[in-house]
Amino acid sequence: MAVTALGAGTARRPVVRLRKMEDERWLALALLAPTAILLGLFIAYPFAEGVMLSLSSARVGDPGKFVGLKNFFKLADDNIFWTSVWNTFWYTGVTTVFKLALGLWLAMLLNRHFRGKAIVRAFVLLPFIIPTVLSTFAWKWMFDPTFSVINWTLFKVGLISARINWLGDADLAMASIMVVNIWRGVPFFAISLLAGLQTISPELNEAAAIDGARPWNRFWYVTWPLLLPVTMVVMLFSVIQTFADFQLVYVMTGGGPANATHLFATYAYQIGIVSGLLSEGAAVSLAMFPFLFVIVVVQLLYIRRVETR
Amino acid sequence: MANAKRRYVLKLAGSAAAVASTGLAGILATGRAPAFAQTRTVHWLRWVDFVPASDALMRKELMPQAEKELGIKINFETVNGNDLQPRATAAIQSGSGPDLIQAFNNNTYIYANSVVDLTELAESVGKREGGLYKYCRSLCSDGKMFMSMPWAVIGGMIAYRKSWFDEVGATAFPKTWSEYREVAKKLKAKGRPIGQTLGHTFGDAPTFTYPYLWSWGGKEVDADGKTVVINSKETFESVKFMQGFWKDGCDEGALAWDDTNNNRAFLSQTISATLNGASIYIETLRKPDQYQTEKGGPMNKDILHAPLPAGPAGQFGMHLNQSDMLMKYSKNQDAAKAFLTWMHTEANFEKWFVSQKGFATPPTAKWEEHKIWNEDPVMAPFKVAAKLGQAPGFAGLPNQKAAEALSKYIITDMYAKAVQGMAAEEAVKWAEGELKKIYSV
Repeated sequence: MAVTALGAGTARRPVVRLRKMEDERWLALALLAPTAILLGLFIAYPFAEGVMLSLSSARVGDPGKFVGLKNFFKLADDNIFWTSVWNTFWYTGVTTVFKLALGLWLAMLLNRHFRGKAIVRAFVLLPFIIPTVLSTFAWKWMFDPTFSVINWTLFKVGLISARINWLGDADLAMASIMVVNIWRGVPFFAISLLAGLQTISPELNEAAAIDGARPWNRFWYVTWPLLLPVTMVVMLFSVIQTFADFQLVYVMTGGGPANATHLFATYAYQIGIVSGLLSEGAAVSLAMFPFLFVIVVVQLLYIRRVETR
Repeated sequence: MANAKRRYVLKLAGSAAAVASTGLAGILATGRAPAFAQTRTVHWLRWVDFVPASDALMRKELMPQAEKELGIKINFETVNGNDLQPRATAAIQSGSGPDLIQAFNNNTYIYANSVVDLTELAESVGKREGGLYKYCRSLCSDGKMFMSMPWAVIGGMIAYRKSWFDEVGATAFPKTWSEYREVAKKLKAKGRPIGQTLGHTFGDAPTFTYPYLWSWGGKEVDADGKTVVINSKETFESVKFMQGFWKDGCDEGALAWDDTNNNRAFLSQTISATLNGASIYIETLRKPDQYQTEKGGPMNKDILHAPLPAGPAGQFGMHLNQSDMLMKYSKNQDAAKAFLTWMHTEANFEKWFVSQKGFATPPTAKWEEHKIWNEDPVMAPFKVAAKLGQAPGFAGLPNQKAAEALSKYIITDMYAKAVQGMAAEEAVKWAEGELKKIYSV
């Protein structure tokens, strides 16, 4: 009897609300809704707000009025802005090349079997795990013009006779922040590429070795093509992160000396938040978008080509 | 087990909901907030004081006393001075944050739309204490309202090692820039350069570069407050001289220093002189055993203070003006005002002032007579710092445009660019272009 009763219950027609979900279109909409709401709330809305802000004359405590593209025209005539543009490209380019080279090298080493492999892999991640502000402060001390431990070591070893002005010289300051970015970014490349390397069957390399391929040829003709899709994705993430880097430069140099190390993000902060010129700060921030958009589109197209090859 | 857990969770949720609903109903019925929400809290944001004893006094003595006497709770927060402006901007834009925010120099003009008029309090304190200094008044009031309550001025003087200056034949501190350069050259040759920042830092950089510019006869803008006049023969001369002075006599690593670097460098005896508040000297007084000269004596016996040297157009000073802004978004404006009034009563303010040992000069004339100025002759030059200061924006007013120029470090960067190798003419032209973007709008 109980079974009959249960059967009768389940056979009841679903309520209208649930029936709608049987239609794939509605179901898809329902499933997509949370993501769409989140993206809309935290990405699209701030972005639209940023665009509106950049088209206004808003200052701190003053909503301002619509001024069209005036802020962008002002930027075009601002040489600190152009220094920031150049710096951002230079910083992103140089650090990405080094991070890729060192990360790949480290990944190849970590892909071998040796005692204590797990511990070494864990330690490699340390620079990536430590909060950036903390590790950057440590680096700031190491590059301190007066108390630099690097200078002290070089002096004691006899390589220099006068202090190297790490953060006080425009070029050296840029080199210093690049070193820190590379130090921090290599583990991300290494671990991601290591994951990629482990998906490559060792048999392919063994077969190539049997055919007489030397190590470099095995890397170039077997490993690298198979690793390329992963590498491109890792590079894409890294480029986006580096392009919009803020905290590292802010802590190390604050964009100085004399604005020589400003990136998009630090200059936008200087103008918008410190000086209170919100609309101009938003314009600097948004100016990053087309550059980054082009880079990302080119990279994504390349990834698609690599994957469909 | 699973059932038991589920039942427990449901029970807990049910009781929480019951408490919440009856609590809310209770509040609505009585029209009164529960007792814990009634305590008014005043959030006061200030810099981390360069005299740590003063922050300790605030936390351990003055704030508890104010809480007791005023029946309010005080959230006393300190941050690095360079972070005050970002905090103010974020708070104003979000409409919530500290009730009172410390402002430096003429930053108050940047936030003029977002602060409460404090004229009544400022004028009453001024009247009671022999008058507000013109310098403090011009930085905190636009003539219509006091955008902030003047708190104190951190006098900027050159702290220098007397014995080292004596060794190179400078028994009295150089009176002019040319004399200073000659002495600096000899000091640098002995590995004891002058330490001066030209970085983006709120205190030591602009309080050096602005008076330096004025002493040569250069100025940002004309008295009309509109015409940019930086591109002058006088400015050019000052930039040319700075290039030589920097190379001959300064620590070239100081270009990126913040306000703390020169303190550390002086205390570790790598520089012989630096423009600073009195914090270096006060620190050596606090720890005489730790800070010793190379000959083994206490360093505090070997430090003297002097104003910046004179240039062809005279001798100038610009000192770090500190004031407190009462924010418009604050829901505790009355409590915050009552607290500020309490803090500025003579008996309470004096405790803080004494703890500063002369590092800070109050904004009113009466304090010049305080006995603290007679206790230590080394501190005597700071007594009249607030009286003699000249505000940024000279020859115009220290208004919003001048504040923007200051917060963008344009004058400081002009010199920084020149000492990094840019031709003097180009550096001046660059500054002119940047200033015109501000003043021509």
